[in-house]
Amino acid sequence: MAFLQQFALLLALLIIFSTSCKTAMLEVDSAEVGLNYSLKSSATENISTSTNDSTGGHGSSTITTLPIVIWKWHHVETPYLVALWILTCWLCKLVAELNHNITSVIPESGLLIMMGFILGGIVWGADKAQTFKLIPVNFFYYLLPQIVLDASYCMPNKLFFSNLGAILVHAVIGTCWNAGTVGIALWGCYEGGAMGNLNIGLLQFLLFGALMSAVDPVAVIAVFEEVHVNEVLYILVFGESLLNDGVTVVLYNVFDAFVSLGGPKINAAEIIKGIISFFVVSFGGSFLGVVFAVLISMLTRVTKNVQVIEAGFIIVLGYLSYLTAEMLSLSAILSITFCGVCCQKYITANMDEKSVTTLRYVLKVMANGSETMIFVFLGLSAIDQNIWVWNTGFILLTILFIVIFRFMGVFFLNWLLNQSRLIPIDLTDQFVMGYGGLRGAVAYGLAASLDEKKIPEKNLMLGTTLIVVYFTVILQGITMKPLVQWLKVKKATQSDLTLNGKMNNRVFEHVLTAMEDICGRMGDNWWTRHWNYFEDKYVCWLLMTSDARKHKDPIFGVFHKLNLEDAKKYVNEGESKGSLAFIRNYDNASVDFKKQLALEYADIMPDIMNDMSEYDFGIDNVPVTSVMKNPLPSVSLNVHELDRKSMLNDLSAHHLLDQHLYKSRRDNRPTYSRSHYNTSENPDEMQEIFQRTMRSRLESFKSAKMGVNPAKKLSKHPKKDSTHKPNGKPADPHRTHPYGDEDFEFSADSASSSEIAGHFPRRNTNAPGAGVDNPTANNMAVAPSQTAQGRLPWTPTNLRHLAPLRMSTRSTDSFAMADASVDDEAPEEKSGSHHTRL
Amino acid sequence: MGSTNSTLLKIPNVEVLMQETGLKLVAEENCLNVSPAHIIRLHDRFKALDKEGRGHLCPHDFGAIKELAMNPIGDRIIGAFFSPGKETVDFHTFVKILAHFRPVDKDRPKEPNSPEPINSRSNKLKFAFQLYDQDKDGKISRDELLQVLRAMLGMQVTDEQLESIADRTIQEADLDRDDTISFEEFRKSLEKINIDHKMSIRFLR
Repeated sequence: MAFLQQFALLLALLIIFSTSCKTAMLEVDSAEVGLNYSLKSSATENISTSTNDSTGGHGSSTITTLPIVIWKWHHVETPYLVALWILTCWLCKLVAELNHNITSVIPESGLLIMMGFILGGIVWGADKAQTFKLIPVNFFYYLLPQIVLDASYCMPNKLFFSNLGAILVHAVIGTCWNAGTVGIALWGCYEGGAMGNLNIGLLQFLLFGALMSAVDPVAVIAVFEEVHVNEVLYILVFGESLLNDGVTVVLYNVFDAFVSLGGPKINAAEIIKGIISFFVVSFGGSFLGVVFAVLISMLTRVTKNVQVIEAGFIIVLGYLSYLTAEMLSLSAILSITFCGVCCQKYITANMDEKSVTTLRYVLKVMANGSETMIFVFLGLSAIDQNIWVWNTGFILLTILFIVIFRFMGVFFLNWLLNQSRLIPIDLTDQFVMGYGGLRGAVAYGLAASLDEKKIPEKNLMLGTTLIVVYFTVILQGITMKPLVQWLKVKKATQSDLTLNGKMNNRVFEHVLTAMEDICGRMGDNWWTRHWNYFEDKYVCWLLMTSDARKHKDPIFGVFHKLNLEDAKKYVNEGESKGSLAFIRNYDNASVDFKKQLALEYADIMPDIMNDMSEYDFGIDNVPVTSVMKNPLPSVSLNVHELDRKSMLNDLSAHHLLDQHLYKSRRDNRPTYSRSHYNTSENPDEMQEIFQRTMRSRLESFKSAKMGVNPAKKLSKHPKKDSTHKPNGKPADPHRTHPYGDEDFEFSADSASSSEIAGHFPRRNTNAPGAGVDNPTANNMAVAPSQTAQGRLPWTPTNLRHLAPLRMSTRSTDSFAMADASVDDEAPEEKSGSHHTRL
Repeated sequence: MGSTNSTLLKIPNVEVLMQETGLKLVAEENCLNVSPAHIIRLHDRFKALDKEGRGHLCPHDFGAIKELAMNPIGDRIIGAFFSPGKETVDFHTFVKILAHFRPVDKDRPKEPNSPEPINSRSNKLKFAFQLYDQDKDGKISRDELLQVLRAMLGMQVTDEQLESIADRTIQEADLDRDDTISFEEFRKSLEKINIDHKMSIRFLR
């Protein structure tokens, strides 16, 4: 079956691809610009030339009769081809991901390159020419920025900044070291006669060395994430490769300038200028990124009313930071990197949770999409006769030198760093870091943008770069995972998100800073603390909304997140056991839910279940729903600690919650709005709901205590009007209702009216409470344990974390203690909850 | 090493101290940084804090460190230096407390006769635990937890939220359901956290 599916997909891919090839051929035939035909920009140039002689265009040719439909290929040609290529590349990814046995051996990037080979072969077969290739302009302006932005935005912030020193050392010194040594060593070999007769000077070799020093993290990071290597190694490789791209480009530009200047004109002054330019360009770019980060953060303070496009602002401004840096000839990559890293925290706090999720996903889609395209096109580029100037000595020596010098650089720099690190980087980690020096698209992009006039051997360099890329990505990529496993690289400790952990971390930080103060020395914590202080006082004031400021504390964020998780578990539990439909239609469904649970738990704690049927525990479902959507920290505060998985969790939790819990309230609302997701309720009304809920709950509880069965009304009782008028509420739910929630109104009503007794089984009455509390909880600032302590006599298996589960004798909640018969049951409950706990 | 020796004379029981804490007295030549001996440096600091030259420190001596006043749990940390009932701390205890924060060293040979180094994981944890446990009953009660939380979170959250956070924290760690966190539970709840990293100061290495 799987094979069939795979085959069908492959077939589809080929069909689409051949169409695009055919259309391309059409184009080639008609316009006769074959060679430099590429993804976007050259195609645009193309169109201007080709529309002139094309007949399908608009209005240029006189018509004799009214056409019904006409073939207008040239109208849509460029965007059509672009879209087709994107589709093709993404389908390649789909095919590559189909078989997990393959992807577990060969990294995805390697597979994509191989796919590119195949596609390139087809193009070659059709056109006998390199029709499509990745040209540097497209790469640097349309494909790279989103990858960098995504990487920097998803960067684990705290980890990054606490290791910033090491990362910078590796990225700056390491890159310069690689560029210099590779260039000089190659030049030495060339002088020694290892490469035959080439027209390359020392400067060109240095330029080549510079472009070869860009490390591409994609394949390595994929392996790291799969194997869960320890976070220090992870951040070192990740951060280094990100910053290293920026440094490489800067270095490349400096050497490029030297090459243009020509050998004889270079003197000490020019070299000093070059060094100064290196620092100005890199630090200027980084600074510009920070400026843009500040701008973005400030902008998100005021975008509350345009939530729909909120996420778009970040992408556009991020891109602008890239372009601005490019315009000022500063380092664009560094600019967008620091922009993403710095604004992350503040925009996450400022924006609505939905926008944050949207942003993350949009960035992921864009980044993954262009990454896929880049790798496919890297493979595709192999099919070009022009670039294949084979020089065995040059190619082999390049591969040898980049590996050797990478290792030397990494070991030396780590040795330096270890002298002052609290936790030294151990040898296996260092080895993996060295081995992780894969070369990728940036190197190719830089090589492709070499100027043939200045560097006569451009094609040799380009070809060598491609070979190095293939060699490292495919070969080293494949061996990376076995190596990591074989060396037993320290794995990341699987740390659950716990309040205890978070809180104690904070205590530890305070303790450490205090100890440093007592010792009277400025340690690492001194900086952290002073930055935190400064940030609290000024930065947050400037960049965060006042709401976000109030709730930015990470401990609170963890609390919120844990509650969300519980809510999700609860929903899952509910779905596996029954349905959560009781929230919408609580007359029956809740009973079902409970019954099913009762069946399941009957053997574990029969007594409780008996008791359960006797007593009205009222709101046993409510606490959880109130936990679920504690609205105050509507922004998840420390998302940077989320990995993708928990992000997914959050999202699905939201999804589930949206689906299952709030439909009832939305029922009477227009479900679609162009500019708003959802309107929020009037707080006064919610207050009203809250009060009434509490009252009705109290009443049902009272009646339970006194042994009076509160009634359930199915028809609208005339008395209802009188119960509601004191509250100043419109009586008829069918009229324009403040909450647009008829069910809810009805339920409050049925719970509070207790005249008609004993018609229905008691258990049913808990359901109205559930229905009622739901919207209320939505607006309550009070955390769950306040509202719901001890109301869960038992819980579904997964819910052991739930805050309301405080059933001890010291519980302050009066409910649990109120009835003597409840006391009888208390030990049972304890054992029961223990049981579920295990 | 003449100056070192003269300083040594002023510090009582230096050898015992070194053995107990593992802190270095004399600078070891390790490759790049030649750090001055820890104990001598700490002794200087001790003397600087002890403005009146009594040879011991009082709580108000610590209170004079102005950065410490900014620390939300500063007073608890100061309190940790003073064993119950005592109003002063001498140099010996001072160093021993600070030695909790020495990074754990793997390469240093472990002496079989010394049972547990002062900077071991559980000793570090004990230090943290007693910061919560102010009434020294071996348990962190809800109130004690609330106090710490309030100090650290400050005005950012309401009392209700604070209480629910405290409740949940206790519930997370509380295994025997007595609504308090004992040291054993405390240790278990932090099992996955690398205490050696989080409770170590680099310059005490």
